[in-house]
Amino acid sequence: MNRKQTVTLAVMVALAVMPPLFVWTGNAFYLDLATRLVILAIAAVSLNLLLGYGGMASFGHAAFIGIGAYAVGIPAYHNTYGEFELIASYNGFFQVFLAVAITALFALITGVICLRTKGVYFIMITMAFAQMVFYLFVSLDVYGGDDGLVIDTRSEFPLINLDNPLHLYFLSFASLTAVMLIVRTITRSQFGKVLQGAMGNEERMIALGYNTFAYKLTAYVISGAMCGYAGALLGNFTTFISPEMMGWTRSGELMFMVILGGAGSTIGPIVGSGLFVLVEELFSSYTIYWHLPFGIMLILVVLLFRGGLLGLISGNSKSGGH
Amino acid sequence: MDFTLLFIQTINGLQLGLLLFLVASGLTLVFGILDFVNLAHGSIYMFGAFICASLTFFLGNFLWAVLIALPIVAIIGYLIERTIVQSLYARNHLDHVLGTFGLILVLDTLAHLIWGPAGIAVPLPQWLNGRVEIFEGVVIPTFRLLIIATGSGVALGLLWLVNYTRLGMLIRAGASNRTMVSALGIDIQLLFGLVFALGATLAGLAGMLIAPITEASIGMGGEIIITAFVVIIIGGIGSIKGAFIAAIIVGLIDTLGRSFLDTLFKLVMSIEAAESSAPAISAMLIYILMAAILAFKPQGLFPPKVR
Amino acid sequence: MKKISAIIAATLIAGISMTALQAKEVKVGFVTTLTTGGAVLGKAQKNAVNLAIEHMGGKMGDLDINLIFADDGVKPETGKQATDKLVKQDNVDFVAGYIWSHVLLASRKSVLDAGKFLISANAGPSPIAGKLCHENFFSTSWQNDQTPMAMGEVLNQQGVKSLYIMSPNYAAGKNMVAGVERTFKGKVLGKDFTKWPGQLDFSAELAKAKASGADGLFVFYPGKAGGAFIKQYQQAGMKDVMPLYTVFTVDGISLPKFQAGNLEGVMGSRVTQHWDPTLDNAQNKRFVADYKTKYGNYPAFYAAQAYDSMFLIKSAVEAVGGDLTNMDGMRTAMKSANYESVRGKYTYGNNHMPIQNFYLREVVKDSEGAWTTKIVKTVFENHQDPYAKDCPLK
Repeated sequence: MNRKQTVTLAVMVALAVMPPLFVWTGNAFYLDLATRLVILAIAAVSLNLLLGYGGMASFGHAAFIGIGAYAVGIPAYHNTYGEFELIASYNGFFQVFLAVAITALFALITGVICLRTKGVYFIMITMAFAQMVFYLFVSLDVYGGDDGLVIDTRSEFPLINLDNPLHLYFLSFASLTAVMLIVRTITRSQFGKVLQGAMGNEERMIALGYNTFAYKLTAYVISGAMCGYAGALLGNFTTFISPEMMGWTRSGELMFMVILGGAGSTIGPIVGSGLFVLVEELFSSYTIYWHLPFGIMLILVVLLFRGGLLGLISGNSKSGGH
Repeated sequence: MDFTLLFIQTINGLQLGLLLFLVASGLTLVFGILDFVNLAHGSIYMFGAFICASLTFFLGNFLWAVLIALPIVAIIGYLIERTIVQSLYARNHLDHVLGTFGLILVLDTLAHLIWGPAGIAVPLPQWLNGRVEIFEGVVIPTFRLLIIATGSGVALGLLWLVNYTRLGMLIRAGASNRTMVSALGIDIQLLFGLVFALGATLAGLAGMLIAPITEASIGMGGEIIITAFVVIIIGGIGSIKGAFIAAIIVGLIDTLGRSFLDTLFKLVMSIEAAESSAPAISAMLIYILMAAILAFKPQGLFPPKVR
Repeated sequence: MKKISAIIAATLIAGISMTALQAKEVKVGFVTTLTTGGAVLGKAQKNAVNLAIEHMGGKMGDLDINLIFADDGVKPETGKQATDKLVKQDNVDFVAGYIWSHVLLASRKSVLDAGKFLISANAGPSPIAGKLCHENFFSTSWQNDQTPMAMGEVLNQQGVKSLYIMSPNYAAGKNMVAGVERTFKGKVLGKDFTKWPGQLDFSAELAKAKASGADGLFVFYPGKAGGAFIKQYQQAGMKDVMPLYTVFTVDGISLPKFQAGNLEGVMGSRVTQHWDPTLDNAQNKRFVADYKTKYGNYPAFYAAQAYDSMFLIKSAVEAVGGDLTNMDGMRTAMKSANYESVRGKYTYGNNHMPIQNFYLREVVKDSEGAWTTKIVKTVFENHQDPYAKDCPLK
């Protein structure tokens, strides 16, 4: 077992064991922190499929999270207050289906346009579409506009009860494991090889007869849909969704989690989101000027550790592809 | 349609566009020539505004404050380049994004520590605080005319600098072939440092010019940086001409959208629907424009030459 | 035998933790904005809360006050996380504060589900006054619509026949516009909802307003957008053409800044509010005088509401003799609003929003030349928000 695998195993075991301990020792707040961490990690893992294995730096992934969360909130809202009987429901399966289907569709439509561009142009066009969604929800008075939408009733599933923080945590943790396995399977398949080949040298893959555009678009849709799923979980966790949670700074944070941990590895995004959430909590409890040490830390990570923190841990400090 | 109003709004759009150009030109220089993505460009814009605001109170005169603040911002830019940015040139864009995001946090918090959270309103001298009647019914605040004049002047100066001077030639050559410029006996490090300082100065100037209209405040950088990126993407990265044309287009579209979209919408839909959809669409307008342009020209209006 | 000793041990531990609970302190969490540009509002609230504690001598009844401030960073998620920590980790008895509607809405469930009291010291979005009202929620501020409704009434009284309206395009902004339109009887010649957040240049909208030829201009621009608006209103020379009527735009936080920036254009402009530094009651006089001495400027309404929130909590704690497990007793006490508020006597509606007076205020110079406001007249007496009827509470 190499060091990276050891880290992966250690992180996953810790995530499985620690949270129940928090509850039994009366530190329920840290369970919340862990839940947030795991949900953000799902989003980061799905972004990593694009960023780390496809060279597509999406700066608009917060929009997928937002849409996913609204897909929980809006049906619940109508089930409580009437109108739009067609989508009114507390049913978790229906809401998750809605979240995944709509984000996949949104990814498909925007992906066709975005993937015509490369590099920084891709970063900015994905941001542009996310900003459009942001302003759309700011203007939707019915669902609270900028004030956001309160999700008073969580998704209803058979057997589990999401009002129980442990149930919610383990659903999120199981989802994270599933998403990791999906990404791992994809990247090791023929599909993943083509995707990574296109990141290195797209012309070559085209010359070999691969329709790289279709491959990239598929990856974009899968990533968007997984992020939408993370959004559905986030909506259930925060029981609230507002456009602020899908602004460009949030998309940026997701990118940082991936780069911070180390793009292009299975565990990197999880380490990154974990560090992000924990350091934020730790620093902010000491001083209101915590952005200063936090910023210095980010700069140092970039200057000193190539390939993110994982580059440091696994010993092969190499720069990611250009 | 009211043509006087249309004329006034066009001038307002022009002024917004020129201000955007000041920020975007620095960004596109650094991006196009140094191949460096600087998210912290907006924070330098904010520092320009705060330094100028403090100096205005210290010296009692806004114009003197601008003149002294400009070299200060240039030095800050140069120092940032020497300490942090230059180690990142060899890295990929994602590392730039992460590093300069850290820099934003540092600079914004420093501003909070130095100037407090409240923001500073900058007073103007009396002769700049008034209005000019261009012709019957068209009255424009004097200071906005000053912004238009400054912005146009800087635009012409930059185009001349990059296209017709030895420095500009070196800058362009340095971007495409670093070793060649070094072989000419030019200190490429110094050259790059100067370009970064120039970019910072332009951003700082924009901050100084906007401060008397809005105010110097924490977070003002984050608001402008995204729009500035939209401008340089539409214009094509690295192109001063592209940045200028895109800035004017964005300025006009944004202003005219805010002014006339609701009237237009009311022609085709109910008043309530128009009142709620017009502000939403006008906020999205520049992003729609960018997406539309990139869909047809994936490298912007004036794509950089292959290098 | 083992079982019995276990039970004894458990009882002992329970007993110890009970005494620990009654360790003669009341824990209050205060969520406000301490980072970003919004920190200027949070600082005012923090100052006021600290002053309140000082005025109480650090005690509510016999209990010591254990006060914990938390930052929301103007983000609903951050605010909710801070609230969760206060509720679950610090186990506070009361959670107060909340400047922003979206932060309050996001955090609300965490506090109420844990069976604690939630006291808003500023935000008053309509859902929380209507269908989301809760028996353990109280406000020491106002519901969003009330202040602009008072302004609409003022406009009628002043004979303003036509109005131009500007406001940011977000929920509170729309509440404000809806509020003024509820009461204003004249004609609205035009409305602009400007981009939010981020838009600070209002040249296009001001040009439209001017071209409309309305009798008056009503705006809502809180925080730094307010400063930017006032400057441009002045630079555009609108003061002589179109008088300005504002809500939550000109306040104790922005006025010193306007004065430093010499923005004479704001002088004489009209504002409605439920409170003013010149209100004549003992509590307010003490609050304003001591706040000025301690912090060097007039308190803003954010500060006044935060100050009140502490005294509301104190009234509840004292009513139950320090027994913080007596939720019903504390709720009844708060519902009666039986404490010295800096706004004077007010009552609570079924939704626990204040039923209170609203005043017309004018921007003036005080005797020392500092810019502040004074009361012109009372617009509404004992005004209740329009959403109370949607609240199922009695």
